Amino acid sequence: MNRSKAVKKPLRGKPVVLVVDDYEDAVDIITELLTFEGYEPVVARNGAEALDKAYAQVPDLILMDLSLPELDGWEASRRLKADKRTAHVPIIALTAHALTQHAEKARAAGCDAFVTKPCDPDKLMTEIRRFVPAVAPSTPVSSRE
Amino acid sequence: MITLHSSLLRRTPPRPAEAPSRERPAVLTAERKLAYADALLRCSDPEACAHVALGLLQNLGVRAAVCTLLQPEDGELRAVAGLGVAPALWEDLHISVQETSHPLVVALGGTEPVLVNREQVMRLPGPPPPFPAFHAVPLIRAEAEGGPGLGLVLIQHTAASELGEELLWVCGMLSAKLVGLDYRRLLAAEKRYKRERAHFHSIIDAVTDPILLTDMEGRIIIANSRAESLFSAPEGTSEGRRRAVALNNMLFSAALFTTMEDADARRRELLLVDPSEGRDLLFELLSTPFVDPHGGGGVVSVLRNITDLRSATAELEENYRRLRVAEAEMRAERDRLDLIISSVADPILVTDPGGSIVLMNPPAQRLFEVEGEQRGEEATRRVRANDAVFSSFMSNLYTGHMMRWRGELGLVDPHTGTTIPVEAIAGKVLTKGGEVTAIVTILHDRTEALEKARLYDQVKRHSEELKQRVNEATAELAAQNELLRRQAMALEQASEMKSQFLATMSHELRTPLNAIIGYTQLLLQGISGEVPPPQHKKLTRIASNAQHLLSLINDLLDITRIESGKMPIHVETFELRALIKDVMAEVEPIIARTQLTVTQELPEELPELRSDRQKVKQVVLNLLSNALKFTPAGSVQVQVRHDVERDTVSISVKDTGIGIPEAEQQRIFEDFRQADNSYTRQYGGTGLGLSICRRLAAMLGGHISLESQVGVGSTFTLHLPRQLRRK
Repeated sequence: MNRSKAVKKPLRGKPVVLVVDDYEDAVDIITELLTFEGYEPVVARNGAEALDKAYAQVPDLILMDLSLPELDGWEASRRLKADKRTAHVPIIALTAHALTQHAEKARAAGCDAFVTKPCDPDKLMTEIRRFVPAVAPSTPVSSRE
Repeated sequence: MITLHSSLLRRTPPRPAEAPSRERPAVLTAERKLAYADALLRCSDPEACAHVALGLLQNLGVRAAVCTLLQPEDGELRAVAGLGVAPALWEDLHISVQETSHPLVVALGGTEPVLVNREQVMRLPGPPPPFPAFHAVPLIRAEAEGGPGLGLVLIQHTAASELGEELLWVCGMLSAKLVGLDYRRLLAAEKRYKRERAHFHSIIDAVTDPILLTDMEGRIIIANSRAESLFSAPEGTSEGRRRAVALNNMLFSAALFTTMEDADARRRELLLVDPSEGRDLLFELLSTPFVDPHGGGGVVSVLRNITDLRSATAELEENYRRLRVAEAEMRAERDRLDLIISSVADPILVTDPGGSIVLMNPPAQRLFEVEGEQRGEEATRRVRANDAVFSSFMSNLYTGHMMRWRGELGLVDPHTGTTIPVEAIAGKVLTKGGEVTAIVTILHDRTEALEKARLYDQVKRHSEELKQRVNEATAELAAQNELLRRQAMALEQASEMKSQFLATMSHELRTPLNAIIGYTQLLLQGISGEVPPPQHKKLTRIASNAQHLLSLINDLLDITRIESGKMPIHVETFELRALIKDVMAEVEPIIARTQLTVTQELPEELPELRSDRQKVKQVVLNLLSNALKFTPAGSVQVQVRHDVERDTVSISVKDTGIGIPEAEQQRIFEDFRQADNSYTRQYGGTGLGLSICRRLAAMLGGHISLESQVGVGSTFTLHLPRQLRRK
């Protein structure tokens, strides 16, 4: 894919967000929202792929679903945080698991924030901006009633 | 007893007299006088002398005369010879000298002849004298001697007769001759007396016991040699011996005196001293008084030495006493043994080597004897049967060499016929020589023991049954426990599975819901391009329903977590004021959409709360959301109070809303309840809010109360302890 990633980032100037999710609709909605908000989403469909992409591109943020095939989100987060190349990258656990112990488990694995799906796009963006502000949003956030 | 006539001893011997001749001369010549005197002298007794004298008087011319002599034995004047008078007329003549007034007695006392005339003779008492009148010539002793005469010669008085010289001479000759005879007699008597006396003394001296004769004054008249050794001290004896004799005399006199006083004390003990050896001698004193027929009297005492007898008697008595004691002890021992045997409840029998019963105690008698009214054919038969059983048992012991024998016998109560199982133990009683003298058998009634054994078996069997049952029950219980444990495990697994299921369900429901909400938002926010207004309105409805669905899922998840105890409590200390502020901030967008006046009333001093902040906030938020939702117009007030005394905090949310009918006030806290189900659609919400609030309040140690009136409004109050104490 991107072989010259080291030079790509400074050129484009958009923060790279690694979106890890195996549910196609969820990936679709988040990538559209991120793109709309001025981020560059990179998608991984499972934990192993997420590790490969994170090590290869070192994103500015990772949105990590937890229930994943092959290697789950908690284990992937643990490995990312354990690797010095990606240890500094903030990870927001984004999951349909709503129980408290899930959140605690995620924090224990090294996640920096925990957002329950389904979530309000505004709320998710507020959380993302806490870690990585967008460089230039393509369009301003529409105001709601 | 010897009496001495001392007066006789004083007599002087008589003078020799001439013996008269038997012829009768008118005048006595000297030759004749000599012849008579010679005749008299030849006479050897007084009566013969009297006959000679009367013959002499006849020669001198006396026709009738009687000679009376005083009998020394009985003091009577008695006729011994007669002259010229038939013997029948004089033989009975006798006069007692006691009749002192009798003329003849008077004449006897005189010395001169007395004439007793016819008148005097007529008055005489007793048998009449053989003559109408007579001369009584006393036969006198020597002038110097005096005393009564020896007799009287009674000579018939005639007118012509006169007492001539010769008659008186004859009488004098007779007197002399009688005196001489008397003297000889006395000499012989004295000789005899001396012999007898010597004989007597040798006899009484031969007696080893002291014998004494005392007069009425206690003076010793006669004592044998043994008595003399005690009571008299010859010349030249020692002072000690003399004193001992004096003491003995004194003691004897005193004893004798009491003997005289008291007839019962004639046999008594007397303690004297042996004068030669000085040791004490005990005598038995036998005293017998006597009366001397010649006047006076005295006491004859015989002392019998009982010193040795006494000690022998004492020894004998001691032996006897010991024997008595031994006998008493033996008797007591036997009585005690009898008592013991009698009081033993078990029958005891003692049999001799021959096999016959010699002793039984009452319980044994009950088995082997039939008495009185109980005797009956039946009872007798039973006793006989018992005897046979017992004999058979005993025969073992007779034949064998063993000392003891034990056996089980079946006896029968003779009175009731009840069978008595008996244990018999027999033992031989041996003499020192090893011979069997008796066999003692003790029977022990085993009825009770057997009954006890039977009962024990029964109890044991029951106990075992019980034990068996308990074991079964225990096993059953254990099985049930195991079952319960498995069930509990299954339940736990089921519960775990349920939780897992719910978590999974929640996740799986959220995932597509997430897509719905996400796409709807992308469209509504124009991220995916402009949406025409009619479509935009429909997208809004989709978003609203999607949110409602999400709330339902969240509430269900909450209730499930609370119910399964999987809702953790995080206790922390926080400011209630800040919490209220957060809640108000969250509902700010909702308030902004209404016309309601929302106010707060918090006390100045509000302590920090120690509880689960997130849950308190959830409840307050829920109550406030409800109030805003169900109040079309008016106001909503949030009020906080602190009860210092109880250390509780209350947070009230008061509205002026539609109110809740009283009938619904309890039910609204139940799951999926709203006062009117139609409200759910009208006002939104899942109907699980208050139910969750109620559960959360309880988890925090508090509760929620409600005051409401339809059309006026409602007040929901959360009561909490200021400090939650974790269990």
